[in-house]
Amino acid sequence: MIDALGNPQSVLVLGATSEIALATVARLARPKLDRLILAGRPGPGRSEAAIQVKHLANTVTEIDFDAEDTGSHAELTNSVFAAGDIDIVLLAFGVLGDQEEAERHPAAAVEVAQINYVGAVSIGLNLAQRLDVQGHGVLVVLSSVAGERARRSNFVYGSTKAGLDAFATGLGDAMHGHGPRVLVVRPGFVRTKMTAHLPDAPLAVDADEVAERIVTAIRKGRETVYAPGAMRVVMSGLRHLPRPVFRRLPF
Amino acid sequence: MSEQANAATTARLLSGWGRTAPTRAAVTAPLDEPELRRLVSAAGPRGVVARGLGRSYGDAAQNSGGAVVELSDFDQIQLDADTGFVRVGAGVSIDQLLRRVLPRGWFVPVTPGTRMISIGGAIAADVHGKNHHVDGTFGAHVVEIELLDADGETRLLSPTQNSIDFWLTVGGMGLTGIITAATVRLLPVTSSCMRVDTERATDLDDLMSRMITGDDNYRYTVAWIDCVAGGKSLGRGVLTRGDHADIDELPATKRRDALAFDPKVRLGIPPMVPGGLLNRATIAAFNEMWFRKAPKAKFGDYQRVGTFFHPLDGVRNWNRAYGPRGFLQYQFVVPLAEADVVRVAIERLRQVPAPSFLAVLKRFGAANAAPLSFPTPGWTLALDVPAGIRDLSVALTELDEVVAAAGGRIYLAKDSRLRSDLLATMYPRLAEWRAGRDRLDPSHRFTSDLARRLAL
Repeated sequence: MIDALGNPQSVLVLGATSEIALATVARLARPKLDRLILAGRPGPGRSEAAIQVKHLANTVTEIDFDAEDTGSHAELTNSVFAAGDIDIVLLAFGVLGDQEEAERHPAAAVEVAQINYVGAVSIGLNLAQRLDVQGHGVLVVLSSVAGERARRSNFVYGSTKAGLDAFATGLGDAMHGHGPRVLVVRPGFVRTKMTAHLPDAPLAVDADEVAERIVTAIRKGRETVYAPGAMRVVMSGLRHLPRPVFRRLPF
Repeated sequence: MSEQANAATTARLLSGWGRTAPTRAAVTAPLDEPELRRLVSAAGPRGVVARGLGRSYGDAAQNSGGAVVELSDFDQIQLDADTGFVRVGAGVSIDQLLRRVLPRGWFVPVTPGTRMISIGGAIAADVHGKNHHVDGTFGAHVVEIELLDADGETRLLSPTQNSIDFWLTVGGMGLTGIITAATVRLLPVTSSCMRVDTERATDLDDLMSRMITGDDNYRYTVAWIDCVAGGKSLGRGVLTRGDHADIDELPATKRRDALAFDPKVRLGIPPMVPGGLLNRATIAAFNEMWFRKAPKAKFGDYQRVGTFFHPLDGVRNWNRAYGPRGFLQYQFVVPLAEADVVRVAIERLRQVPAPSFLAVLKRFGAANAAPLSFPTPGWTLALDVPAGIRDLSVALTELDEVVAAAGGRIYLAKDSRLRSDLLATMYPRLAEWRAGRDRLDPSHRFTSDLARRLAL
């Protein structure tokens, strides 16, 4: 159960190597979780993550999760919830993809869409059913400001996040009054492994800052949170820019 | 097949009096015992719990994803006016009970700071009042409990028959079954007035020494502490003590209708209050005002029962004043020899800073036979704190450790945030209670969010 001050007892991370998710777990575990489940592709990345968070929970479990293998999602969800309630789910998997590569080889774009959107819809709905049954919990969905208005330079990634954002927002409305809540997180440019090869965009933040925003939003019962907070204002301006102007923006 | 009248079941978000951590449950107010029995036997894997008037501060009377039954229709009151034994339905409130029995010369043996609690809840939480040092808890005055168990059977429990199950149920937080009715021994009185002595104490030592030396002269005693004051005034407070006034001692004007009891709600708080109405500044101002308003010493004042016992019942929904983030109440007890923990707690919360406008200090008397009953001999401090305060969680987690190390414990009816790993230290008889509960309810059909959070 999440207590009166917003501290959870059990957390499920989808996307075990997500730096934002791991930083969020570290902030949620004050001082310690009962149960932490890291779901992701098996490999050194996930094992390393498990070692990194070992001290944050009484039990840390690694499970195999493949966003593209949607046929396995129902069973995976059932097995996680069969062992007990999940208070907070961090839906944090996703790939950035390579825009130029995607434009040259549509199959590469399809893979980004399969993971970021189709996979998230599949696991998201499975999770929502189980959260509804238990009558409480928070599903945190990592969207992106890239989905608010797709840019020339990464519209394949942006469009998957646009779909994910619309899905998560709608799911939150569907769950309203049922107990569980959905928190949509819209970070700007976050300095992580995923973006290490890119130059900083304006208002760039670290994974830690995003984690702090997420945890505060969970405690306050928010439905949407931007990171940094100023991004909300920036995006509400950008949304209304005429296309000829938006197209020429230097990022 | 006979026709069955069924009450409607609705999905509702429930939280405790502190309005934190709401969860959804299927809520039904059964019309009678057969329907209650059907609801209990139909409870799914997420179980069922009874909810009274929702005055537990935390998650004791909510059951996420499961069933919740409200016993508002279990409202019968059968008073034997000669002996003072009353059989009451579990859904009857202390308010309803007093309105019925006080005009006939009887008083409830124990009342907490509000009349708006149900009899079922009073037993399940084994509530205490200002007379604990003399009269013990509510459970000590219950002569029989009617308990609907996991098999749908009604069991009669009393301190003399089925006494083990009786004491498992007293303080058992509703997890041994559903209390449907109880027989309670009332206290005879000749008026609804209290004879009250009020004194101000300049600091915590002064307050505690006045309580140690004087408490035994009164049936009812409690102290309000100004938790905002620091330095030399740390722990200053107002000590209020009294007893039921005898009709013969009352001034002539109060002797007419001496047993009258009709307290009114004077004020209500609207549903949407912005956060921060009760903030550091307003709480500090309130504390200063409340301390100064109290007389330095006033003896033999006559107050009505409602004013003396339940001042906050005059404000409907006062819990809303804390805004959407809600609040919590932290209440612990430590042995008399560990009085210093009270000072540590006040200082630690001042350091956060976490202001409290309702902080109450009381000295408990002897414990009873119930394994999960909260009161044990010692000092108990209860304070309300807004839930949105930064670093509150860290401070309270530290205090939990201090309280546990001192041989103290947290009150489950108030709790909304304790970690399960400290529970067995705080309640050394937890294993005994669990074994008894497992015998009464092997499949844990009766459960709640509190039970899940604390792995009860």
